[in-house]
Amino acid sequence: MKLSLSWLKSHLETDATVQQVADCLNRIGLEVEGIDNPAERLAGFTVARVLTAAPHPQADKLQVLTVDAGDGNPLQVVCGAPNARAGLVGVFGTEGATVPANGMVLRKTAIRGVESNGMMCSSRELELGDDHDGIIELAADAPVGTAFADFAGLDDPVIEVAITPNRQDCMGVRGIARDLAAAGLGTLKPLAVPPVAARFPCPTEIRTDDPEGCPAFYGRVIRGVRNGASPAWMQARLKAAGQRPISALVDITNYVMLDHGRPSHAYDLATLKGAVMARRARGGETVTALNGKEYALNADMTVIADDSAVHDIAGIMGGEHSGCSDTTTDVLLEVAYFSPERIARTGQALALTSDARSRFERGVDPAFLDDAVELITALILDLCGGEASEVVRAGCPPVEARTLSYDPALCASLGGIDVPAERQRAILESLGFGVDSNWAVTIPSWRRDIDGPADLVEEVVRIVGLDHIPSTPLPRVDGVAKPTATPMQTVERKVRRTAAARGLQEAVTWSFLPEREADAFGGGAWTLANPISEDMKVMRPTLLAGLLSATQRNMDRGAASVRLFEIGRRYFADGERLTVGLVLAGDKAPRGWASGKAAKFDAYDAKAEVLALLAAAGAPVENLQVMGDAGAHLHPGQSATLRLGPKTVLASFGALHPATAKAFDLDGPVVVAEIYLDAIPAKRGGSGFMRSAYTPPPLQAVKRDFAFLVPSTLAAGDLVRAVKGADKANIVAARIFDRFEKDGQLSLAVEVTLQPTEKSYAEADLKAISDAVVAAAAKLGASLRG
Amino acid sequence: MGVGGVGRSRPFAYGAQVMNDIDSLRSETLGAIAAADSLDAIEAVRVAALGKQGSISALLKMLGGMSPEERQVQGPLINGLREAVSDAITARKAALESQVLEARLASERIDLSLPAPEAPRGSVHPVSQVMDELAEIFADMGFAVAEGPEIEDDWHNFSALNIPETHPARAMHDTFYMAPRPAGEAPSGPEGQRMLLRTHTSPVQIRTMTSQEPPIRIIAPGRVYRSDSDATHTPMFHQIEGLVIDRGIHLGHLKWTLETFLRAFFERDDVTLRLRPSYFPFTEPSVEVDVGYSIVNGKRVIGGSEGWMEVLGSGMVHRRVIEACGLDPDEWQGFAFGTGVDRLAMLKYGMDDLRAFFDGDVRWLAHYGFDALDVPTLSGGVGA
Repeated sequence: MKLSLSWLKSHLETDATVQQVADCLNRIGLEVEGIDNPAERLAGFTVARVLTAAPHPQADKLQVLTVDAGDGNPLQVVCGAPNARAGLVGVFGTEGATVPANGMVLRKTAIRGVESNGMMCSSRELELGDDHDGIIELAADAPVGTAFADFAGLDDPVIEVAITPNRQDCMGVRGIARDLAAAGLGTLKPLAVPPVAARFPCPTEIRTDDPEGCPAFYGRVIRGVRNGASPAWMQARLKAAGQRPISALVDITNYVMLDHGRPSHAYDLATLKGAVMARRARGGETVTALNGKEYALNADMTVIADDSAVHDIAGIMGGEHSGCSDTTTDVLLEVAYFSPERIARTGQALALTSDARSRFERGVDPAFLDDAVELITALILDLCGGEASEVVRAGCPPVEARTLSYDPALCASLGGIDVPAERQRAILESLGFGVDSNWAVTIPSWRRDIDGPADLVEEVVRIVGLDHIPSTPLPRVDGVAKPTATPMQTVERKVRRTAAARGLQEAVTWSFLPEREADAFGGGAWTLANPISEDMKVMRPTLLAGLLSATQRNMDRGAASVRLFEIGRRYFADGERLTVGLVLAGDKAPRGWASGKAAKFDAYDAKAEVLALLAAAGAPVENLQVMGDAGAHLHPGQSATLRLGPKTVLASFGALHPATAKAFDLDGPVVVAEIYLDAIPAKRGGSGFMRSAYTPPPLQAVKRDFAFLVPSTLAAGDLVRAVKGADKANIVAARIFDRFEKDGQLSLAVEVTLQPTEKSYAEADLKAISDAVVAAAAKLGASLRG
Repeated sequence: MGVGGVGRSRPFAYGAQVMNDIDSLRSETLGAIAAADSLDAIEAVRVAALGKQGSISALLKMLGGMSPEERQVQGPLINGLREAVSDAITARKAALESQVLEARLASERIDLSLPAPEAPRGSVHPVSQVMDELAEIFADMGFAVAEGPEIEDDWHNFSALNIPETHPARAMHDTFYMAPRPAGEAPSGPEGQRMLLRTHTSPVQIRTMTSQEPPIRIIAPGRVYRSDSDATHTPMFHQIEGLVIDRGIHLGHLKWTLETFLRAFFERDDVTLRLRPSYFPFTEPSVEVDVGYSIVNGKRVIGGSEGWMEVLGSGMVHRRVIEACGLDPDEWQGFAFGTGVDRLAMLKYGMDDLRAFFDGDVRWLAHYGFDALDVPTLSGGVGA
């Protein structure tokens, strides 16, 4: 909502400056979004007369003027406007002035060799209009030397106020004035509603056939009007409010809407046939609105119609064919009260917003129909002539007074500030509330938003000033604050910082994906009905797609190495699952003076990250099995899942399938992993911080190597697990330290660590353990290499 | 030495001969030691003098054939020679070894201006870091971290928060709705409404109040979504919600909590707040909070009061919201607040482009990200 200071002061008796008004508005909850002062923008532009005009010696289209800007010292100005001529009175921009339209600062300069001191301006250069065909021509008697802003009445700052949805009453200038008066910034001027003499009975039948959607429809006919341009003062206010003046009849309804928050509509009576009524639309009906678009209506919507057609989407937008035009002579004025809910639903259904809708759906003052009719009629008679009929009042607006029982002590217990009861009473009364001796508070008809005692506390504290509320410490428990994170939150934090410590960079990517990317990962369960673009349509079933896209962008920017991870949710039909995704792409290590060629990532790098992060998450990494089925997006021979038991998949990892890599426009090896944090079993509690008992064994561990020939299909992990299980009392570790294939046979060398407990091993002990290892391996088809 | 003399008996003459031998052997051997220029050469000298067949060893053997008197004279002389030679060999050997070592060290010189192998540097995203900072600050004030789904139902996101379907405030939330899913396959609200992406973290208030007995103190950080995309808005961003429900809580407590939190977060005592009345359907009274800033090197820095910027929405929880959650609004009241996590990060750490938060540019992450060990703590300061 924009309003000029002078407009505000037509309702508010005050000496306050624009800054004082703005500060007060902010304080009472009417947020000032900006102050535009045209006088400041037009500083340095004055009314000036062209004394002489002569052709420019070097250019056909330019003239050399002498200009009198009122200081008795005519200046030479080069000008290209075709209408520049001796005697013209226009607007002169002096040296140092900034041209509003382009921000150019005027300087003394030479144009084609002729000195020029300033500029004669066009409307467009001063942002006063679109005219750029020539310089502004003012009346010949305009006072030369006067600041142009003063002369043109543009020294009126415009305040833009953000009105919260609860304050319909402040969607008109008078409502804002009322709030300011209550806050002590001035006195609200009484509203003069001049009674209009009714000259004849209303010739048109007006009724409401939809008392639910339109409880009240007031109207009258004004005949014999002459439509034309509205007066300058009204145009200035409309322009300040951001409205384009159209014609007097249209401007009057817009002006009253902005002045009082009261929308209305003026029909050209000649376009109406028979009775005019508010009724439900019928299925299949359409109307072409003032914005030129056709809208299909349904029976849930209220319209204004005559005997032949729909003329208005009630309370939202008028019809194109029945609006007032230059030829209008007779007007039907509609001042109605529409149900806010009906307006909101209709507006949502039609996706149609308007100034009228935003006021009606917030609830206009139901007690302001008669006054509005008279104010509008008076303006029409004043500006367009004509005579008015009697007013027809169809239906009845919901004007029953609402009262609340209020306890002034609530101000302290809810608002945190002790305001004397009498001060509270005065504040409420200044806002239009009625307060009786028992604190039964009558709500003013224009404050539909007030529906509980807490609202009254808000009224009091906002006028008193929130800055006066004393800061009160929240009670806190004695001692050191207790930990508050849940086990899952702790896991998430540990995993995040472990990943960062291991050289991965945390990214945050969109929760939504293009459909094709979601489909590449098995498809998403949730699709947006109204996505912002096709690229943000499906809720992600994987974190990898977003990370791969980010990887691709980084590669395009020339990144040699990308290590990204993200911790976030995947979205499924049955819930949201916290997941870690990671992508390693490009060079694992760059080429170097010592290492030679750059090293590439492989699936083992992904495995290493997965195991480290699983360990950080508290997963039993020693017990995990490497299995298949890691997903179609991965290389089938270079990917795996890590499972706890055959069913619980804790992670999947591997090299990206070449087809997936291609889909994301990625070259070279890319390895990825996902860790399903929600699948990791929670650690069993019990012993608190206590670790299990442990004393380092006094005896030295013994290492023994075994080289096996195994079937080429045997997974090394199976061999290691078999070896480790061969003698659990003595074998504490087993690891592959050599692997090669020769003549179709696979050789795996295992280093086994044995830990004696009570006494050192004798040869016989070692032999027994060795035999057990060899026997366990033999079950998998492994034999000792000779 | 020099004890025997000319004119003594033969044995003395014999002794004189030995003495001559010793003298020449001494000078000869010491000369050879001095001349030895390698460990092999010194070893050869040692063998020649002190080895089994060595010249000094031969003299020592002669001692056995001498008379006691002679031995008494010659013994010290010969042993003296042996010790002198032995010492000279040890000294020369040490000198040679040290030369060899020096030569080896010289040959082992490397260019340490060459780069060392580099470990990749990881980083924590500013959003995560700031969420951790907030959790740490609020933990000290007794606030737990609560969570809720991002795919919400209409009831939790709107209706329970006193935003009925026709409420104009819904237009302020540019809501992403979900396309319908087959019946029975997906959760829906208590009344089977359509699902949507939560437009704020406020539904976590509802989920907390309906699942937990008061008193309640929680913060709820997380992703939220609005159908909005321009230079300063992204369709996904992060909010943090705060909720206190207890007996006797009022606006003064809200003011203190926000002041305390913002001072702790920005680690400045000159953080000043300006409270403005505002409107949110789920709070009454509603308060918008501006924070004062000063201009330092052309950038807005929190602290001081050269200007004000809006950072928080808050208010006393509306009694209808408390009722909707099954609590008695005459017994329990409290406040709620919400703010943008990304925005807090930008204000504290000086990023100026929200869109970059979600791009995953490794250069941006390296510059604005945090070290793994920058874990926010109260004792070390929550900022990094």
